[in-house]
Amino acid sequence: MTSTSTATAPAWTEVAGAFPALRQTVNGHPLVYLDSAATSLKPTVVIDAVSEYYRDYPSNVHRSVHTLAGRATEAYEAARARVAGFVGARAENLVFTHGTTESVNLVAYGWARRHLKPGDEILLTPAEHHSNLVPWQQAARATGAHLVYAELTPEGRLTMAAVRAAFTPRTRVVAVAHVSNVLGTENPIRDVVELAHRQHAVVVVDGAQSVPHLPVSVAELGVDFFAFSGHKMCGPTGIGALYGRSDRLRETDPLLFGGEMIAEVDRERATWADVPYRFEGGTPNVAGAIGLGTAVGFLESVGMPRIAVHSRELAVEAAQRLAPLPGVTVYGPLADRQAVVAFNLAGVHPHDVAQVLDSQGIAVRAGHHCAQPLMETLAIQSSARASFYLYNTREDVDRLVDGLREVGRYFGR
Amino acid sequence: MVSAKWGDILGANLDELYREVILDHSQNPRRMGRLPEPTHSLGLHNPTCGDKIAVDLKVEDGRVADYRFSGHGCSISMASASMLGDAVVGRPVAQATEVARGFVNFLTNPQSPETPPGDLEALGGVRKFPARVKCATLAHNALMEALAAHGVRAQPH
Repeated sequence: MTSTSTATAPAWTEVAGAFPALRQTVNGHPLVYLDSAATSLKPTVVIDAVSEYYRDYPSNVHRSVHTLAGRATEAYEAARARVAGFVGARAENLVFTHGTTESVNLVAYGWARRHLKPGDEILLTPAEHHSNLVPWQQAARATGAHLVYAELTPEGRLTMAAVRAAFTPRTRVVAVAHVSNVLGTENPIRDVVELAHRQHAVVVVDGAQSVPHLPVSVAELGVDFFAFSGHKMCGPTGIGALYGRSDRLRETDPLLFGGEMIAEVDRERATWADVPYRFEGGTPNVAGAIGLGTAVGFLESVGMPRIAVHSRELAVEAAQRLAPLPGVTVYGPLADRQAVVAFNLAGVHPHDVAQVLDSQGIAVRAGHHCAQPLMETLAIQSSARASFYLYNTREDVDRLVDGLREVGRYFGR
Repeated sequence: MVSAKWGDILGANLDELYREVILDHSQNPRRMGRLPEPTHSLGLHNPTCGDKIAVDLKVEDGRVADYRFSGHGCSISMASASMLGDAVVGRPVAQATEVARGFVNFLTNPQSPETPPGDLEALGGVRKFPARVKCATLAHNALMEALAAHGVRAQPH
């Protein structure tokens, strides 16, 4: 996965130093950024790569023969190869999209509407982010298919027993997150794929919360489709990707018709360019792709296995230190979790928790985290959520724990 | 290095947002509950957090005779809904609508000349916390929509 040996990998303080947004105070306190699950901070190399494209070679791709256009095309395709390699895929299997939402929609429109029949079933979990739920609701409505849920354990885990219990001969699609954006649980994708493929169902994975943190190989997982976003992994906003197995991509209809995605057009009809280009109608987000390629290089230079351990250790420490505080509930398992920690303080609304933390320079998310069915399952309206990444430190966990104590004091809880 | 509008320069003081009277209303909300026979009723969501507030009104002889709110939300949205009741009960319908409209304007338009009636003025601190304007105006928007709808329209949760 990474070509950099640990011996030459940078220290964590040096890693944090690469993120200019951290060099600021917020409300009089040095910023503690604990909202990376919403979007990550950007390292200088990514900001520079985006600026360099706009400054030096702001040309369209795959069109003109002039030098700048050649450079832009080369950088765009190099980014594709790099991002594909980062998730264990080949370039021809990687479609650039604007993010996970578009990626899932491409599958739900382009593949599912063509293949689903009335009575077919789409298997989901109640923990899905709205972006891996609403497109399936719509696909079900359009095709007459039904949504079926594999329920979670009380601790918030997805077990294979639950998947098997929900699986029927009519299951055609299994759409599941790799890592939950609320519970921090990692789902058993390889086992899900094994079961699904035995029954000829297609597996679509939302990797928005896994690719930033874990070494991921779509080839090893064996998934049919895998969606992720650039902005949660140190890349720019507005860029993401869909991996599709070659056969699945070929049986997927494009979503956007127009320039760039065609082979030939006459007055009456058109034929499509090869995959993945047929899915990238219109001028793509060239700067975004180049920035994401650079972000991937940055993450590889730090080392994904190291990042995985780092994010996880901070999240586990935060979960285990927050949970015993008076009135605090932490959602999901306390040990063995990924980088997000959702929690509530009894009697204080998460908005108010986040506001008082912000007054201390600590940025957390408060809300339903685009997972309203999961909030309903947990019998809560919303929660606060701290999420960790490669630039966070143990001091950030200290600040969070102290900050939450201050929230309790402020509201007299 | 970092834009001046946000962060330190904003100088947002937490105590300006969470005034004593606001915490009191949020912890001891007035007129919370449902009316048995509302003439007007409407529930609204705050899509950013999933919070919901429903407003029930009883209009008699062109006046707001009674008000209740229900639902759940942050201290700002609950306090605002609680304060709104005191500010509208007994007023003619047009005036009640005007209270709500004026309050929204008070929070969203820096040039607003209006001073909201009663305890609502204490929510002025929200102007320095733009992310919380939606919270503070939820009940007000529900009331305006309910009165504009001429009757019990949406069945709130």
